[in-house]
Amino acid sequence: MAFLKLADVSKSFGALTVADKVSLEVPKGEALGIVGPNGAGKSTLFNLITGNLRPDEGKITFKDQDITKVPANRRIHAGIGRSFQVPQPFGSLTVFENLLAAASFGRNASEQDVAQDCLEILETTELMAVVNTPAAGLPLLNRKRLEMARALATQPDLLLLDEIAGGLTDGECVALTDTIRSVNAQGVTIIWIEHVLHALTAVVQRLAVLDFGKVIAQGNPTEVMGSDAVREIYLGADS
Amino acid sequence: MTHNARIEIATRSSRVFLVFAFAAIIAAVFLPAFVSRGIIKDMFAILTLLALAQCWNLLAGYGGLVSVGQQAFVGLGAYTLFAVVGLYGFDPLLSILMGGVVALLFAIPFAFFLFRLDGAYFAIGSWVLAEVARLSVAQWKAVGGGTGTSLPRDTVRSMPGTDWVRALFDVSGSAARDIILYWIALILAVALMTAIYVLMRRRIGLGLTAVKDNAEAARSVGINASAIKWMTYLISAFGAGMVGALIFLQTARISPGAAFSVTDWTAFVIFVVVIGGIGTLEGPILGVIVFFVLQNFLADFGSWYLVALGAAGIVVMIFAPQGLWGLLRDRLGLTLFPLRRRVIFTSERTDL
Ligand SMILES: Nc1ncnc2c1ncn2[C@@H]1O[C@H](COP(=O)(O)OP(=O)(O)OP(=O)(O)O)[C@@H](O)[C@H]1O
Ligand SMILES: [Mg+2]
Repeated sequence: MAFLKLADVSKSFGALTVADKVSLEVPKGEALGIVGPNGAGKSTLFNLITGNLRPDEGKITFKDQDITKVPANRRIHAGIGRSFQVPQPFGSLTVFENLLAAASFGRNASEQDVAQDCLEILETTELMAVVNTPAAGLPLLNRKRLEMARALATQPDLLLLDEIAGGLTDGECVALTDTIRSVNAQGVTIIWIEHVLHALTAVVQRLAVLDFGKVIAQGNPTEVMGSDAVREIYLGADS
Repeated sequence: MTHNARIEIATRSSRVFLVFAFAAIIAAVFLPAFVSRGIIKDMFAILTLLALAQCWNLLAGYGGLVSVGQQAFVGLGAYTLFAVVGLYGFDPLLSILMGGVVALLFAIPFAFFLFRLDGAYFAIGSWVLAEVARLSVAQWKAVGGGTGTSLPRDTVRSMPGTDWVRALFDVSGSAARDIILYWIALILAVALMTAIYVLMRRRIGLGLTAVKDNAEAARSVGINASAIKWMTYLISAFGAGMVGALIFLQTARISPGAAFSVTDWTAFVIFVVVIGGIGTLEGPILGVIVFFVLQNFLADFGSWYLVALGAAGIVVMIFAPQGLWGLLRDRLGLTLFPLRRRVIFTSERTDL
């Protein structure tokens, strides 16, 4: 049985179908990359997995449990952590308090028990310098780091990352891929949506391509990127 | 790797303030020995308004639930007191608690309705519910219908402790009653503020702030946003219900118009919180003082006084959106009720 399994999951906004009978299986411990043109439905897929959106049809199982109707906050407790593509910090809390809230509620633990761990996550995500700064005042790069840090703070078994490498320098990008790789090495299953392909392929073992709400290709990253279908999309959409 | 850091909430000013606050509360308890009956009555009004302001601040300031219908709970609490004291002869002090409980019970169906609405619709919905409550109570003949009623004279006279206070301060029966009601107002205001502060300092306070900032993201870190909103709404209804019961125990006369007054129990309360500083516990304290000073100062100007209050509120909102407390805090670096979890890095570990 798969760790995460989507079976014929569909979602439409009015006439626009953003998930079209998506079926996807992710085994435990895998790092899966998702690519696809803008508006393909990648972020929507995350929202369906996390429960921020409900599918119109289909079934989602996680750790052998049907979670299709489980509310978002309970899915976190089941072990699903996520970052938002457009950062959604708790603006009036400090960076540290953002993590404290995520860790204490996400793990159902006391603030005291998670404080040390929060500091360590802030260290690895390079946010220590702004630890006591209210999150509302952070520039974009730090907001993105905070998204990642906050998701890690919930101690997920499945981590969903939505475009966190955009706008990084080469050095920062290497640091980020190192972090993600080490999180994955600790046994955390990862699904990563990313347009920065070299960062993505440096980490993931498998790649899925989404277009118009459909999974049009999946498999070994180099093979998938070389396939005709993908070339067509990328030449069509990105030049 | 462990960090040489500790988490601290208290600040130096908050530690000093704690001592000062204790002293102020003790002084307030003994105040009736030193001041006139008029001042005790003013203090009653100040403390009850402060308690209402703290309830609304919890709801709107900390919870982001901007209600303009808190008068529903003031009125329901007050009418509960009149019903159980006037009709069934309950103990008036116990009835204050019952006022809170009944307000809380009504808040449950209200919440079912209101939490389907957002932002401005939430506010309008809360006002509509308060109007419905007022109109319904006006149909209740046993408590005087639309014209209202008074508490029976002997229940007013026979307030528990009256004889003891009369003897203690050597005052008339009605002055003794005012003193007892003032003490209850003091207990209620201090207890509500303590409860709100304790709540905000706990994990649930962190969760409430997260929900206010971004409910979607809050859910995505495992916070049950709707449960937290429910809790906040019910607590503020319970508080407002008790305060309402107490206020009308003091006036001993009630009517739907007075008990469900949107001006007295919501507009003034919002004024107090906003000019003082919304989303802080200090703000309402400062706001209530400013409100009473302005009210006394403007009392001679008739209905212009409302216009002047409104203008003062708008000026503060434009030039000091964080309220007067926000200005003071930034200038002086003061925090009386700190909530921020600060990381303080300690230098090298000292393994002695
Ligand atoms: N809540 C919503 N209501 C209506 N339409 C929506 C909503 N959310 C997304 N959409 C639309 O659904 C489509 C897919 O959006 P989605 O965010 O999933 O794309 P994406 O693959 O993540 O794109 P990008 O690479 O730009 O992030 C887009 O056309 C978007 O405008
Ligand atoms: Mg997206």
